[in-house]
Amino acid sequence: MNEDVAVKNKRLVRNLAIVAIAMFGFGYALVPLYDVLCEWKWIERDRPDAIKAIPETAYEIDKEREVNVEFMTTLNESTPMIFGAEMTQLKVHPGEYHTVNFYAENKTAAPMVARAIPSFSPALTSTYFEKVECFCFSEQTFAPHERKVMPMRFVLNPALPHEYKTITLSYTFFDNTQTAIKK
Amino acid sequence: MSAVTAEHDHDDHHHDDHSHGPEKGWLRWVVTTNHKDIGTLYLLFALAMFFVGGTMAMIIRAELFEPGMQFVDPQFFNSMTTMHALVMVFGAVMPAFVGLANWMVPMMIGAPDMALPRMNNMSFWLLVAGVLLLASTLFMEGGAPAGGWTLYPPLVLQTGKALPFAIFSVHLLGVSSIMGAINIVATILNMRAPSMSLMKMPMFVWTWLITGFLLIAIMPVFAGAVTMLLTDKFFHTSFFDAAGGGDPVLYQHIFWFFGHPEVYVMILPTFGVASTIIPVFARKPLFGYSSMVYATAAIAFLSFIVWAHHMFTVGMPISGELYFMYATMLIAIPTGVKVFNWTATMWKGAMTFETPMLFSIAFVVLFTLGGFTGLMMSIAPADFQYHDSYFIVAHFHYTLVPASIFMLMAAGYYWMPKWTGHMYNEKIGQLHFWLSTISVNILFFPQHFLGLAGMPRRIPDYAIQFSDWNMISSIGGFIFGASQLLFLYIVVDTIKGGTGEKVTDEVWEDAHKHGLEWTLPSPVPYHTFSTPPTVIPCDHD
Ligand code: HEM
Ligand SMILES: [Cu+2]
Repeated sequence: MNEDVAVKNKRLVRNLAIVAIAMFGFGYALVPLYDVLCEWKWIERDRPDAIKAIPETAYEIDKEREVNVEFMTTLNESTPMIFGAEMTQLKVHPGEYHTVNFYAENKTAAPMVARAIPSFSPALTSTYFEKVECFCFSEQTFAPHERKVMPMRFVLNPALPHEYKTITLSYTFFDNTQTAIKK
Repeated sequence: MSAVTAEHDHDDHHHDDHSHGPEKGWLRWVVTTNHKDIGTLYLLFALAMFFVGGTMAMIIRAELFEPGMQFVDPQFFNSMTTMHALVMVFGAVMPAFVGLANWMVPMMIGAPDMALPRMNNMSFWLLVAGVLLLASTLFMEGGAPAGGWTLYPPLVLQTGKALPFAIFSVHLLGVSSIMGAINIVATILNMRAPSMSLMKMPMFVWTWLITGFLLIAIMPVFAGAVTMLLTDKFFHTSFFDAAGGGDPVLYQHIFWFFGHPEVYVMILPTFGVASTIIPVFARKPLFGYSSMVYATAAIAFLSFIVWAHHMFTVGMPISGELYFMYATMLIAIPTGVKVFNWTATMWKGAMTFETPMLFSIAFVVLFTLGGFTGLMMSIAPADFQYHDSYFIVAHFHYTLVPASIFMLMAAGYYWMPKWTGHMYNEKIGQLHFWLSTISVNILFFPQHFLGLAGMPRRIPDYAIQFSDWNMISSIGGFIFGASQLLFLYIVVDTIKGGTGEKVTDEVWEDAHKHGLEWTLPSPVPYHTFSTPPTVIPCDHD
């Protein structure tokens, strides 16, 4: 092969290699891009405010509407706990405040750090599900065999679109003890 | 014609270290930088992996022969479905097409070798290393990955000791195919004979050029996704870990950004082979060459913007569901153009039905069937029923087995006489064809019914109402598996001398009008086109 082609090959290979490396970066760029697309509601995802306290505001109660709120409790793989809610569902009027008690127990003889992560279905309702008090706002520390009752106080913002008649709120407890020790 | 291709005018500084034929001894195969040797290595390796992956499929079908647990435990069953897919995709289909590209692209464009012969050798051996690493996970504590070839978290993070090895093997396979793709793209863009303009290139070369770009764009994204899995598991990042603020659904988006174009990596060269073979046996030029080129490019472009049709059920806003639904349906248009063109090429042609043509015709029919079920699944509300059922298993096996695999077989029959200088046994070839075509339908057609009736994919046991179709499907599977041994026999037999019949340079009647490779002697000499050919056959306008 002559000199010319060798030079052309070299240049092309370099450029293509740069594209490949850039695409590796693009894979990582999809991570923040994903958050942006969620923010724009192009992709449905629980808003970050779903795990943030929202100050208690007085809404006008919408007696006309009743929304069924379902509660689910799940343990992440091999989290040694007992976790449940005092009720599986509750009918609420938008604008009306309610408190639901959840309970969790450390089944081990060692202290435990655990974190509950909420998830909504349909995900877009998370914006209207305002929590003033929740055990999911921060990590929970459990003494050996400790059992806790944890209240969650919430209101449905009356701006909730009418097509949502049932909202499922699911909490998953993750055992973060190992990560906490490392920190 | 072959006078033009004076391949024996050795000019030592044209190709420095390998000018006088292959090295002696087995070391030749380790150090070779000759595109034909490397093509052979890729093809034989792919064939071996086809049987490894096929054995896993036989285990799957044996377990599913009857309801209840018969032979393997569920964990191993799930490892089998996962490993079967990974081995077939990354060990068999992709390397086989890279092997074909190695053999044929330089010969089709009148180049003496690939642009980067040394890198070529390296990408082959990295592939071997990657596949061996992947296979080694079968013997590790906790077993091979069992969460599906898509490696979704959090499930895949429960893999035992094998997880980091599986991920490194994906890295190796990725690097190997990126290097292979760069090499092919560079060869096509820089090494063509002077009179071969882009729009004179054979379709197989065009499809590989586009596939090469696809690979360079997507393999790094997949490598990134699995790297995130790795750091999530071992270095406390939280890309996909909800406890740390991540989202497992993000992985699905990244994976399918790679995954959907990946399925086209396996089908575009398939299209290229079909467009090469059909005109020869229809004794007509390819119908609509330029529309074939544009359709290929359109399919490749569209493949980047439809990925979430794999995720209709994860919960997307209605606008997203609709967008991905319509965008996916669009793909059917350029695909339809291709099917139309192949049919039009055969229309009123003086067709003969040698084995390569038989496989090609079956491809056109059965691939279209797979396309139709794809179209059904692109309807978002309907996909809620089909998703993760045997229906989708039937869909992608129709697009991969009687399409990609059949055209690889066809390519084997078509070019083997050129490669070896020997004719394969046509009788056994046709027997192989009929057994494969009948059994592949017995194997996969009932899976449509199973899926519609609600049988989920990736399960080792099932409710008894699914028994009958599963048994039929398994029987088809065993016949299909056994028939492939005929192909193995034919490959070995042809290499050893075949029918003993002396093959001509053009092998197939008037083939020299369709491609440069048929202007070369049979078997092809070790070095070809040391000086570029001046006359380019052109099987289109
Ligand atoms: C007209 C063209 C096609 C359309 C409209 C189409 C559509 C689809 C859709 C909507 C799905 C997702 C189904 C679900 O998960 O519920 C799917 C899955 C799949 N398709 Fe296609 N498809 C087409 C062609 C192809 C081709 C050519 C191939 C491969 C050569 C292919 C391979 C696959 C594979 C492997 C999957 C399953 C991936 C997995 O979940 O493991 N498809 N297709
Ligand atoms: Cu797809």
